[in-house]
Amino acid sequence: MNAYDLPSKDGHFGPYGGIFVAETLISALEDLRKQYEFYRSDQDFQAEFAYELKHYVGRPSPIYHAKRWSQHLGGAQILLKREDLNHTGAHKINNTIGQALLAKRMGKKRVIAETGAGQHGVASATVAARYGMECVVYMGSEDVKRQATNVYRMKLLGATVVPVESGSQTLKDALNEAMRDWVTNVEDTFYIIGTVAGPHPYPMMVRDFQAIIGKEAKVQMQADFNQQPDVLIACVGGGSNAIGLFYPYIDDTNVRLIGVEAAGKGINTNQHAATLLTGKPGVLHGNRTYLIQDEHGQIIETHSISAGLDYPGVGPEHAWLKDCGRAEYVAVTDDEALHAFHALCRYEGILPALESSHALAYAAKLAPTLAKDKLLLVNLSGRGDKDMSTVAQMSGLTL
Amino acid sequence: MEFNFDSIKNFFSGQSSTQNARRIASTFSSLKAQNRKALIPFITAGDPTPQITVQLMHQLVRSGADIIELGIPFSDPMADGPTIQRSSERALKHHVSVKDVLAMVAEFRTVDKKTPIVLMGYANPIEAMGYESFASQARACGVDGILIVDYPPEECEKWVQCLDAYQIDAIFLLSPTTPANRIEQVAKMAKGYVYYVSLKGVTGASHLDLNNVGEMLKQLRDHISLPIGVGFGIRDGETARAVASLADAVVVGSRIIEEIERSSDNDLLDNVANFSTGLRNAIDGNVSNIQPKT
Repeated sequence: MNAYDLPSKDGHFGPYGGIFVAETLISALEDLRKQYEFYRSDQDFQAEFAYELKHYVGRPSPIYHAKRWSQHLGGAQILLKREDLNHTGAHKINNTIGQALLAKRMGKKRVIAETGAGQHGVASATVAARYGMECVVYMGSEDVKRQATNVYRMKLLGATVVPVESGSQTLKDALNEAMRDWVTNVEDTFYIIGTVAGPHPYPMMVRDFQAIIGKEAKVQMQADFNQQPDVLIACVGGGSNAIGLFYPYIDDTNVRLIGVEAAGKGINTNQHAATLLTGKPGVLHGNRTYLIQDEHGQIIETHSISAGLDYPGVGPEHAWLKDCGRAEYVAVTDDEALHAFHALCRYEGILPALESSHALAYAAKLAPTLAKDKLLLVNLSGRGDKDMSTVAQMSGLTL
Repeated sequence: MEFNFDSIKNFFSGQSSTQNARRIASTFSSLKAQNRKALIPFITAGDPTPQITVQLMHQLVRSGADIIELGIPFSDPMADGPTIQRSSERALKHHVSVKDVLAMVAEFRTVDKKTPIVLMGYANPIEAMGYESFASQARACGVDGILIVDYPPEECEKWVQCLDAYQIDAIFLLSPTTPANRIEQVAKMAKGYVYYVSLKGVTGASHLDLNNVGEMLKQLRDHISLPIGVGFGIRDGETARAVASLADAVVVGSRIIEEIERSSDNDLLDNVANFSTGLRNAIDGNVSNIQPKT
């Protein structure tokens, strides 16, 4: 097998990815592609990125052996890549720092972002404050109501939060609105996309910035465990934390890669966000990928207990990794994720994000089927403090 | 999306000179002979209700439209502004599908055999239907051209081949930021007319710079022999007339949707007709002598 080298020059991962945007955005994307191509191999840029990750984000994030929980489950050992310990509490900041540094070099004074639950919005507002840029965050008006704390966090950080009233008033509509802002203000504005979706070069660029997760893991596994993991497990909404962990391992074909989607109330109901398991290929938000859509090609609203997985598309690289068989994709329900959330709290004293709880839930299913010397590395992509009120509500409490 | 072009070409090879072939080209050539410019209004199929769309199309023709752009509603119209997005949402409340849009065109064609119909929409509903299924039915229903907003030339070679096989014109967008090499590329693939987006931004925006439009059209004509339509930011008779002095066609979308939005069922057809007639008169009013404001 040849070394993995996707995407192609024009941004394709097999039949997926590409640049499916109106002509008005083409030149901005071409400019971004050229600039990123240059800075991708520019030593000063990479050195500044590494410095910021170390001193501002607090990297490297440790790998933690969840011994008590593993013992309780009675099978393979579960290891956690602790992205929840990053500044701002999730993996999102790896990418926003990278894009903000690029924006700075491109002379853009204003950054915009879309956000669902608010994690990417907070990470964008954070770096905008850090580098002294104006920041506008688009957020579905439904999400603004549901995530009042994150809205306030963004405002504290100096960002303007614009509620989006169109469509289903959730993440996909926020993305549409951010694209509209970008096409109108392209001269002074940099659009920080939060996941490995959108038109080329975004899926590649976001992956590259998030790949620090897998690169660190490779070094840490060798140093701390003297071997590489047998299985990598990560949740997949758009798929940036998963691709960040998987990417450096793609050529290591003895390592299984498992992406966990949100089955919501069950993949046989119409309330889930399991795009790769139930969707069909199509075109949305600038790229070709799997989409949750009706028979007429209209995009359908999705459901997940975790806002970060509640998206009807998925990064095009995941679509390709599924089709070519390199990665496996599974789904766990709201209830299973919630169960894993409580288990990690009680056995390890760690409150995981509900997104990450999906990966944990699948690890809890898989571990007992494997021998005790097998190692499962789970990406604990974010901390769960933001999910307190959702979890309380699910337990019939109001905080 | 794989299909056999040859069998389709053979099927149509004997019919290339039927009266239906290339209505767009013949419309532009007869306008040119009269030294007139085309008025191309845009409406979304099914907005505000599926029942009124065909009546609205006939009304637009009666009030001066030369070509009609008919929008295929989509749940995520990323390149459109809020006005056209709302029109899409109204149509989707009635579950208007691509097949419904084609049925409307077929119904329109039972009466009007002459006015070109150009569909406008996004890739996903077309991909869900399949290229060949779409193109064969569109052809049968009397569709003349189609513009898929999120298909730039790089990503739609097979799509354009399929449209060519069914003699449907592939309409493309050009923007103020399109460089010369891309203009060349579009010139090779485009049929019917090209649609120059006269400003940066989305549909329904208001800042139109006529000097820039004039400059850019000069450059475009070095590469493109097809008629050039200009749209985005045309809001009244004055801007329509100014654009008509520079371009071959004036495309008006959001402003017509606004007329639909402010109307009741009773006065909708009249209000749209009045607005459209105003544009028509402005465009026809001594076109060649109007210069852009400086």
